[in-house]
Amino acid sequence: MGLELYRIDDRLIHGQVVVGWGQPLDVQFLVLVDDEVAASDWEQELYRMGVPPEMEVFFESVDSAVTQLPRFQSDPRVGILLTGDIDTMRRLVTSSGLIRAINLGGVHHKPGRVQRLRYLFLSTSEEQALRELASSGTAVSAQDVPAARPLPLEEVLAGEGNR
Amino acid sequence: MSRVRAIIAGHGDFATGLMSAATQITGRDDVFAALSNRALSAADVTAAMTRLLDETGAQVIMTDLPAGSCTMAARRLQRERPQVTVVLGVNLAVLLDFIFDEADDGVAARQAADKGRIALSVLGAGGARGA
Repeated sequence: MGLELYRIDDRLIHGQVVVGWGQPLDVQFLVLVDDEVAASDWEQELYRMGVPPEMEVFFESVDSAVTQLPRFQSDPRVGILLTGDIDTMRRLVTSSGLIRAINLGGVHHKPGRVQRLRYLFLSTSEEQALRELASSGTAVSAQDVPAARPLPLEEVLAGEGNR
Repeated sequence: MSRVRAIIAGHGDFATGLMSAATQITGRDDVFAALSNRALSAADVTAAMTRLLDETGAQVIMTDLPAGSCTMAARRLQRERPQVTVVLGVNLAVLLDFIFDEADDGVAARQAADKGRIALSVLGAGGARGA
């Protein structure tokens, strides 16, 4: 049990996470890692009201997440860890050394980004960060919902994904 | 005078589908404007919703799912615009009641939500408690 998915998704907590992944995996807790949200009671309340009462939500900064990660990973319940951007996940992976695989779930259009998949747009520096994570031993794949086929990073960057 | 009174926002074609059904029943296609979160970031959903509110003058937002990004965006907007009313988990019964309710839009939205709640029923053996 513990954390089953380490997901990068710029919508953070939303339908795909709570319902799309939450129901088939029987997710009982979410760990939202975002320095800004971790410092804002109002933002936390906003996200908390979006999840069913039986699903617990933890709000962590990158620093506190690094400290708390072993506890989340050994939790007897199933959980999902979320970051809103690639850099936050990169910092978490690098600082903790405890994350073996990450899921690209939703990084949407913004100036400077190129479309790789229907739900995945990446800048050059973001691609580089993902390549570095992959080359250091972290499995990186893209998959928006459980029913979709997970696409390895190389396939995503080769532009052979399901656009 | 016809005017857009509410924004319907949700996943995929939820909004346009619901509006299409309401138009088929009532003949009215001037009450709602649609927003899909498809392929949009959270910031983009909020921006698109803001734009729609400003363009239409609507003060009511109806969303599909409490955990959805459209609901999150609506809640963010409500923080800046407390006069906005947000209805979560909207269904066709809500739209039909809202269309014909001539009360203030916020009041009409609340009354329509009550109707939508009542319309959600289960028939048959699955509806029996303790079965």
